[in-house]
Amino acid sequence: MISSRIQTVSWYLMLAIASVPFVFPLLWMLSAAFKGPAEIFATPPTLIPDTMRWSNFLEVFSYQPFARQYVNSLYIAALVSGLTLLFASLAGYALARIRFAGSALLLLLLISALMMPEEVTIIPNFFLMRELGLMNTHAPLVLLPVFGSQGVLATFLMRQYFMALPKELEEAAYLDGLSRFGVWWKIALPLSRPALAAVGIITFLNSWNLFLEPLVFISDVRLFTLPLALANFTDAYGLPLWHLQLAATSLAVIPTLIVYIAAQRQIIESFALSGVKG
Amino acid sequence: MPIISLRCRESITGWLFVSPTLAGFLIFFFGPLIAVFGYSATEWNLLTQETSFVGFENYTDALTENQDFWLVFRNSLVFAAGLVPLNMVMALSLAMALSRPFAGQVLFRTIFFAPVITAAVAWAIVWKFLLQGETGTVNQMLAIVGIDGPNWLREPNWAMVAVIVTRVLKTVGLNMILYIAALQSIPRDYTEAALLEGASRWQIFGRIIWPLLTPTTLVIMIVTVVGSLKVFDHIYLMTGGGPENGTMVLAFFIYEQGFEFFNVGYASALAVIMFFLIVALTGLQLRLKGGLQ
Repeated sequence: MISSRIQTVSWYLMLAIASVPFVFPLLWMLSAAFKGPAEIFATPPTLIPDTMRWSNFLEVFSYQPFARQYVNSLYIAALVSGLTLLFASLAGYALARIRFAGSALLLLLLISALMMPEEVTIIPNFFLMRELGLMNTHAPLVLLPVFGSQGVLATFLMRQYFMALPKELEEAAYLDGLSRFGVWWKIALPLSRPALAAVGIITFLNSWNLFLEPLVFISDVRLFTLPLALANFTDAYGLPLWHLQLAATSLAVIPTLIVYIAAQRQIIESFALSGVKG
Repeated sequence: MPIISLRCRESITGWLFVSPTLAGFLIFFFGPLIAVFGYSATEWNLLTQETSFVGFENYTDALTENQDFWLVFRNSLVFAAGLVPLNMVMALSLAMALSRPFAGQVLFRTIFFAPVITAAVAWAIVWKFLLQGETGTVNQMLAIVGIDGPNWLREPNWAMVAVIVTRVLKTVGLNMILYIAALQSIPRDYTEAALLEGASRWQIFGRIIWPLLTPTTLVIMIVTVVGSLKVFDHIYLMTGGGPENGTMVLAFFIYEQGFEFFNVGYASALAVIMFFLIVALTGLQLRLKGGLQ
């Protein structure tokens, strides 16, 4: 009896110790977000601030157009997810269901992009966007994820899911006179809600966290997305303004974490799906 | 005749369905991929606006003359060699701990996975804050137990250790859930039968579980190795590639050469080298996988 109780206690103790480096940084971020520049570096460090400086959070919005940057990130991520779902489900459906000349070659071509980091093509894309007059606009932050390796991964996930669907329903729909497009829209898409949700979640988060593309294509502070804005809380000497930077980081991270905790099962399963197939 | 025309119509429908994806792919991925090979054969400086064809000079420069390249290459290797095993061992250990139901299983899974959905930029900012020299929280904690911590991000070797470990903490949750899924798909009978026959836990792991995990391990390995090569934001924010280029890795070097020094030709040659590295790595690992089946 006693030995099994000791085992249980040491089991939980071990897991608790293991979770420290995962939880502690986020706790500390939140704690420091309420501190003044002096208390942040007080020895010994305090987890609960002496006085809660709510003004940090107000200052974040006056230091940069933070509200606007927040909206930028939200609408870009929503747009990227919407377009990715549309194009990936169209192409994924064709690759899964329609036997068309050249589809095998197309599949091979797309596979080549699956593993390729955006760093490989970022330089030509820079000149392409400049030619198209899209520098310092949000267009590259939408176009590159939708059509780059992220979009290809989405196409593959959708194809995989469509292939596993039973064909009978679709065949019945053809007999009722529906076109290919009609079948995709009215039969295949409603059946693939779990896959659409998974791809949507992953795509949204990827866009939400994107850093290299905004860094390369955006220079106007009002067009910044959140990751770029967070990196930008520095004083005149380029040194970080920690209390503001950590307050802003909290404002960016906490809502994501709340959504995550509320829907953790769905979110974790989405990533499991993408990893197994990708 | 009608059969042929039907087939034709199927093909047209198929191409219509894939046309947005295909068009975007050709313009924003495949075209630029071809272009980067072309750029890499030029000497092209954005500041002087001069372009000239130099053949393989950018490559020979990188491989023989430019000492930075080999430092960057070594750093990328060290980064991958540190990150991949640490990530996989931790992922598997956590997965083994969390694969069977117990009170708190969901809580711990949620905790270990949380950094995966946290923005890399946010994670890097917070850890940079925690790992500052004397006033950093980590060193203050270490001081309490009498350890004099190093100035983590200002000493080349410690900086490398710091970016590796914090990156592992950021991403290990993803591999953990892939391992959990794989572990849960192993039939109970296998391990229970072995237990009845008196096998030890280690024997069960080594002879039954580990071999059954091999396909998952290979997939995880490919994704983690490639993932380690493209790490940019994490290092950009934590160390800026320093100190003394001690954490300058290939992805960062491409950015620096291209967008800070405007050496378009040289940066493109680096991008091509990265392309072949990725192709070689995925090819090698897919062959390993094929050999197993």
